[in-house]
Amino acid sequence: MTLSPPTDGRLPVAKTFKLYLGGAFPRSESGRVYPVSDTKGRLLAHAAQASRKDVRDAVGAARGAFGGWSGATAYNRGQVLYRVAEMLQARHDQFVDDVLAAEGGTRRKASGLVDAAIDRWVWYAGWTDKIAAVLGSVNPVAGPMVNWSAPEPTGVVGVLAPQASSLLGLVDVVAPVLAAGCTAVVVASQERPLPAVGLGEVLATSDVPGGVVNILTGSTAELAPWLAAHGDVHALDLVGAPEGIAVECERAAAGTVKRVLPRPATEPDPVRVPGISRLRAFTEIKTVWHPVGR
Amino acid sequence: MTTWDYAPAPESAALANLQPSYRPFVDGAFVDGGGQALTTVNPATEEVLAEVGTASAQDVDRAVAAARRAFEKTWGPMPGAERAKYLYRIARIVAERSRELAVLETLDNGKPIRESRDVDVPTASAHLFHHAGWADKLGYAGLGPDPKPVGVVGAVIPWNFPLLMAAWKIAPALACGNTIVLKPAETTPLTALVLAEIAAEAGLPAGVLNVLPGAGDVGAALVGHAGLDKVAFTGSTDVGKEIQRTLAGTGRRLTLELGGKAANIVYDDAAIDQAVEGVVDGIFFNQGHVCCAGSRLLVQESIAEEFSELLLRRIETLRVGDPLDKNTDVGAINSRAQLERIVDLAAAGDAEGAVRWTSACPLPERGLYFPPTVFSGVEQTMRVAREEIFGPVLSVLTFRTPEEAVAKANNTPYGLSAGIWTEKGAKAMWTAQRLRAGVVWTNTFNRFDPASPFGGYRESGFGREGGRAGLEAYLSA
Repeated sequence: MTLSPPTDGRLPVAKTFKLYLGGAFPRSESGRVYPVSDTKGRLLAHAAQASRKDVRDAVGAARGAFGGWSGATAYNRGQVLYRVAEMLQARHDQFVDDVLAAEGGTRRKASGLVDAAIDRWVWYAGWTDKIAAVLGSVNPVAGPMVNWSAPEPTGVVGVLAPQASSLLGLVDVVAPVLAAGCTAVVVASQERPLPAVGLGEVLATSDVPGGVVNILTGSTAELAPWLAAHGDVHALDLVGAPEGIAVECERAAAGTVKRVLPRPATEPDPVRVPGISRLRAFTEIKTVWHPVGR
Repeated sequence: MTTWDYAPAPESAALANLQPSYRPFVDGAFVDGGGQALTTVNPATEEVLAEVGTASAQDVDRAVAAARRAFEKTWGPMPGAERAKYLYRIARIVAERSRELAVLETLDNGKPIRESRDVDVPTASAHLFHHAGWADKLGYAGLGPDPKPVGVVGAVIPWNFPLLMAAWKIAPALACGNTIVLKPAETTPLTALVLAEIAAEAGLPAGVLNVLPGAGDVGAALVGHAGLDKVAFTGSTDVGKEIQRTLAGTGRRLTLELGGKAANIVYDDAAIDQAVEGVVDGIFFNQGHVCCAGSRLLVQESIAEEFSELLLRRIETLRVGDPLDKNTDVGAINSRAQLERIVDLAAAGDAEGAVRWTSACPLPERGLYFPPTVFSGVEQTMRVAREEIFGPVLSVLTFRTPEEAVAKANNTPYGLSAGIWTEKGAKAMWTAQRLRAGVVWTNTFNRFDPASPFGGYRESGFGREGGRAGLEAYLSA
């Protein structure tokens, strides 16, 4: 396998693909890489192959970023998510190339998927300051008390990104985590990781604080169990888990009573407009009581 | 000096209408269970109250099959408005038979009649009444215009609030159109069985509600049963984790209400007398057998000495004794096993260097009792500060700044509840925002209401019970 040949007599500058971790772009501490090819089997690049230690570092970064991100105003988080859409829009054509290389099909279709990914960020940007109104309530308890319930972010969410949809599928599962006020450790699609690395670059330039999203590339089956068992991971999205490890991950998650979105029989169609089930899955309802009196 | 003693004010045990034996309730009838019968004892006297037939694995199969038939044939297809009327009937009968239920609960559980009469039974009835009203309004629950029931629910409940926990599981499950197989706790099966009798009285169709007494093996057979669509569990975190492992990969829905180690934060600007009452209520209500009990008192250092003095003086006035006496504040520990666990954990407090204070109140000569106990000089690493004791044992820690209070309060894998005592509203809200707990009581503690969601963060479990948020567990969007 070889990278693309010279065109017009000029050899293109090949990109080195790294992890996105704590707001920086390190290589895997293991020094490992793995070849990534397009749908026709042509070499696209070598991607970093993350290790258990990288998972730990990513969780540490996500945990460290949680206080700031969950403590930001919902209005502010909405603006930051909208900014992601802006930056993605600005790099539209690059992502069309990347999605086309990763998923094949027509340029027109790839362009539609990138458009949808941009729109998905906009959709979730609008949710940040509406979740509480929709999921919360004022509860008419039988007594001289004021009592209300509102959703709060669950914490660090471990996400195994969909394997098939390299960009839109990824955005579909990462954006709700951020909109809910959680931080994320994401294992990108194993065979199609390159758009995820590109998304990391977008996030890094989008006012998303470092550590809020951490993107690991590599073997999902190798990394997932460490994420599932980690004490500082509070929820797990198994949407892109390989069939063979999904149950093992669910079982490991029980060790710290993690919230788990189980692996669906088939990966969801990311093109459909999502409901708010993911926002609900990664929030906790907190109820506050206070006496009323004089 | 004249001392004014309380005259005994016993409630009549005969009101409980206690039967010599009780049997499992399957498919609309009380049946002979295939399991080994157990005896349930009165923890206040350790006398046997009744013999209770338990379920075998075959009975679990039968109950789940009956629940499935009822779900498909009668209860599932029934219009919500009709389901509501059954639940309203049950709520009303529970209220009408409240004295009987309260006395029976106190005999079986050991809790003071004051609490079973004023809290457990009325709140159970209120839960049934509240959820009855949801049955024909589920389209407004926020899960889409026409949410569907999940199917057959298996529920396992603990011994600390036997009737109330049964109502917490049955009311939302049935209101949402599901059918249910309920396993009450081994040591407190009686009121759940009377509730089944009440359901039968109300004409509830056969199979909609099934009650299977038994120990952990029956619970394990139930929660692992392939015929269930959902499991709802309230109990210890260890068992909850085991259930989550069991259900891994099955796609069955699960909600867990597990343990807690709640912090009760008292700031130096709190209304001290109210805070003392709240702290006492937070830990000694129901003998401390409360998952959301305020078992860690965090008191601001500047008032720690004064507060402790007032607190201990108040605790000394708590009357420990006959649960059927209307003047009793703290009743009996539910079982010998639980008493031993409390004794062990308190001994760990001694061994790790905390300072134990024990109320000098007299204890009955027989029965299972543990005196109100307070550990001071507690460090965060000590077992009495980390582990759920589930008894009348309070650990006292101090803090200097609000930041430190929040950090200490959150320094636990649990996250069920918390209390805040301050007269400054802004500080109360600041603190409430930062506590990682599902229920935050400010200037109050241990309040429950069917309209108010209850449930935990982190290892206190997932899912909510009560209010609109609680319906989600029993509906598919």
